[in-house]
Amino acid sequence: MAKFFAATIIVIAILSAIPILRHTWDAPEDISTHGALIDEQMSETMAEAGISFLAAQFVLAFFIWKFSGRGPEAKIQTFPGGAKGLVIAALLVVGIEVMALGIFGVKAWANVYLTAPSADAMPIQVQAGQFAFYFRYPGPDGTFGPIHPELVNEGSQNFFGLDPEHDVDARDDIVTAEMAIPVNKEIHLLMHSKDVGHSFFVRELRVQQDFVPGLDVSLHFTATKVGKYEIVCTQLCGLGHYNMKAYLYVYSQEDYDNWLKKEQAMQ
Amino acid sequence: MHDISAQAVHHHGPPTSFIRKHVFSLDHKVIGKQYYALALLAAFIGMALSWMMRIHLAWTNAPIPGLQLLSKSGAPGGVMTPEYYLQLMTMHGTIMVFFVLTTAPFAAFGNFFLPIQVGAEDMPFPHFNMMSFWVTFAAFVVLVSSFFIGDGPTLGGWTQYAPLNAVGAVAGPGQGLGVVLWMASIALFCVGQLLGSLNFISTTLDLRVKGMSLMRLPLTAWAWFITSCMGLTAFAVLMPACILAILDHVAGTSFFVASNLVINDQLIPKSGGSTLLWQHLFWFFGHPEVYIAIVPGIGIVSHILITNMRKPMLSHRTLIYSMGALAVLSYMVYGHHMFVSGMNPYSSLAFSFPTLVITIPSTIIVLIATFSLYGSRLRINSASLFSLGFISMFVSGGVSGFFLAQPSIDIMLHATYFVVGHFHLVMGVAAMFGIFAGTYFWFPKMTGRMMNETLGKIHFWLSFVGAYCIFMPFHYLGMAGNVRRYSSFPDDFLQPLIPVHRFITVAALLTGAAQLIFLYNLIHSRFWGKPAPDNPWEATSLEWSTATPPPWDNFGGKLPVVYHDPYQYGVQSSVGDYVMQASPEQVKTEHEEK
Repeated sequence: MAKFFAATIIVIAILSAIPILRHTWDAPEDISTHGALIDEQMSETMAEAGISFLAAQFVLAFFIWKFSGRGPEAKIQTFPGGAKGLVIAALLVVGIEVMALGIFGVKAWANVYLTAPSADAMPIQVQAGQFAFYFRYPGPDGTFGPIHPELVNEGSQNFFGLDPEHDVDARDDIVTAEMAIPVNKEIHLLMHSKDVGHSFFVRELRVQQDFVPGLDVSLHFTATKVGKYEIVCTQLCGLGHYNMKAYLYVYSQEDYDNWLKKEQAMQ
Repeated sequence: MHDISAQAVHHHGPPTSFIRKHVFSLDHKVIGKQYYALALLAAFIGMALSWMMRIHLAWTNAPIPGLQLLSKSGAPGGVMTPEYYLQLMTMHGTIMVFFVLTTAPFAAFGNFFLPIQVGAEDMPFPHFNMMSFWVTFAAFVVLVSSFFIGDGPTLGGWTQYAPLNAVGAVAGPGQGLGVVLWMASIALFCVGQLLGSLNFISTTLDLRVKGMSLMRLPLTAWAWFITSCMGLTAFAVLMPACILAILDHVAGTSFFVASNLVINDQLIPKSGGSTLLWQHLFWFFGHPEVYIAIVPGIGIVSHILITNMRKPMLSHRTLIYSMGALAVLSYMVYGHHMFVSGMNPYSSLAFSFPTLVITIPSTIIVLIATFSLYGSRLRINSASLFSLGFISMFVSGGVSGFFLAQPSIDIMLHATYFVVGHFHLVMGVAAMFGIFAGTYFWFPKMTGRMMNETLGKIHFWLSFVGAYCIFMPFHYLGMAGNVRRYSSFPDDFLQPLIPVHRFITVAALLTGAAQLIFLYNLIHSRFWGKPAPDNPWEATSLEWSTATPPPWDNFGGKLPVVYHDPYQYGVQSSVGDYVMQASPEQVKTEHEEK
């Protein structure tokens, strides 16, 4: 039975590794300027975790195979090198391995979170609420009108609580239910939740960030490939959480300008 | 260490009435069994909930027989609504984490065996101990009652993030009374565990019998001691957090609700609270909780493997230090749950490095357990199979921690099924394997009867292969971006992943069914199993020195004296290849006695 168990461990370990090696269920192609570093970090971590996983399972299986069912006549032995050798191995091999991952990973993180957006980054505000995203573009004046929470009303489609009658800056704001951005243009995303916690996740863009009620959070990124992508909520926000999504359209500059004009006309 | 061999420590006499014997018992062994029974009940409820969730995820519009009996509005015609999915999911997570993974390996086995393993007649505060169980039981009743009250249980997940947990019924079904009941239940649970932890710590430090130095404590005793130290500090933080959340509901306070929130076009009349405060308080408890669930398993599995390897671990002391390191580090890593929460991004880096460092003691534990097998005379039985399975699962669940410890990768994997796969393997399945191993190993001592080994092995095979079939694909789903906590998958990119979900569901149903074999074995053996000898596994620690099952005062009025290290195997003595801790027989040992 022990030998069969050892073989089962090996078979499970190999079967588990096959979809990874064959990239059966990988993340979609990256369309951001910062994503390559994240993907590289992911591959390196996968290599190190994968080797550790396979090595640990194989050694476990080998020892089970070799040392089970030995009768009382078999001599009890101690692994040469003892615990000291293993502790040193853990410190040197695994310790250095994970520290290296951590240190190299800082760069990928810094690219997203520890750098400021450039001065000409295009601001877009995204508001999350149960269970939809709405987007706001500042219009020709480049300034967002202030939000008045008491004016928020889904029925009259005042999703952001704007007051164009009194606020000049709000008059040219463009509010949309889908997000469109020009390709190769840095976006400065200003994130705001109107009710509970939500999150903004676009797999292809390699961005995920929670909305924090009461706190303004921002992100910046540049999309490099024209296309249609899904923005989904990843923070449990209530009964419609599974269905909270919007589409992101990455357009050429010309298409984007046309889209914006069309949306402006519809306000 | 107190020399208590000559003095009576029992605060209570033998129980005489039925109530004192079986219900409000002061005997740590009865309390241990009560905890076990509670965990067993909770585990099967939790598993049944997961079955319903899995069926719904794989075949969203399929009616689930009997579900409408649980909730007419939650499952009209047996088809689960999205909100009811979240409510069941929340209850599954809460029941499993608190009432199974904390209760069984720590409170159940620890209560039964810690006093015996240190050579005590009972815990120092038996009334607190009794209260600990009954408060925990009350917590369970309060939690389960939310199924039948108002609009059902809370749907906010076992993490109960703010402000969804504090704004009230306006945020959705179960978010009013359901949340209050959840918070009350968990606050009560914390009280129970605090009382238990106090007892465990003082039992270990003050009630060790003559000759039982700290380093002569078995690894199980060390694991329970370390866990109780974590419990004392972690539950002490969660309890006030729950109380503050209740106050937000019933007293008009605003600890977790920020200003100017608008829900359903209503401006919430609260201000000044902090969304992230809850997350910090919750995860300050939540990450140590992972180790509260798994460290007893490490102790139990080591104890069982040593007995079945017929040799001690390569280093007793290193294992103890590593478990201690896990406990200390567990408080420094909690922020890895919050990398993309909106906290300062520099904090993410500060939490990332201790998280990476914690792989070192984890690796040391795995290496020592694995390489101790070298040169052993490994006995294969249900207990040792589950212990070896524990190592395999702990490794598989552990390596995915390499990814989640890094904030940059967490951008892609946060809140996906990768995380669900990770924690189910490392703290769910591994901890469950520790519980199963402990059950097969200690059942004879707890009940006086042996379990059926053939059924035990069948249970192991189905559970081992089944658990991998369920939880390994979770990682693949997560890498493809499959978001967790969705009641169905309407997103375009999730459509191709539905066949994987169906495979997982079938595996979950079969693996769950295999647990019925365990239940049958447990109940059948309890009444009709072969009578157990005092020391069926030829083990060395004190629980095997006393009668099976142990008398009410554990050692029949005569406390043992400890002469040896806990694991003197591979020696030649008058009884075989081992010498018991309480045996005065001198034997030639390879290692110097401590």
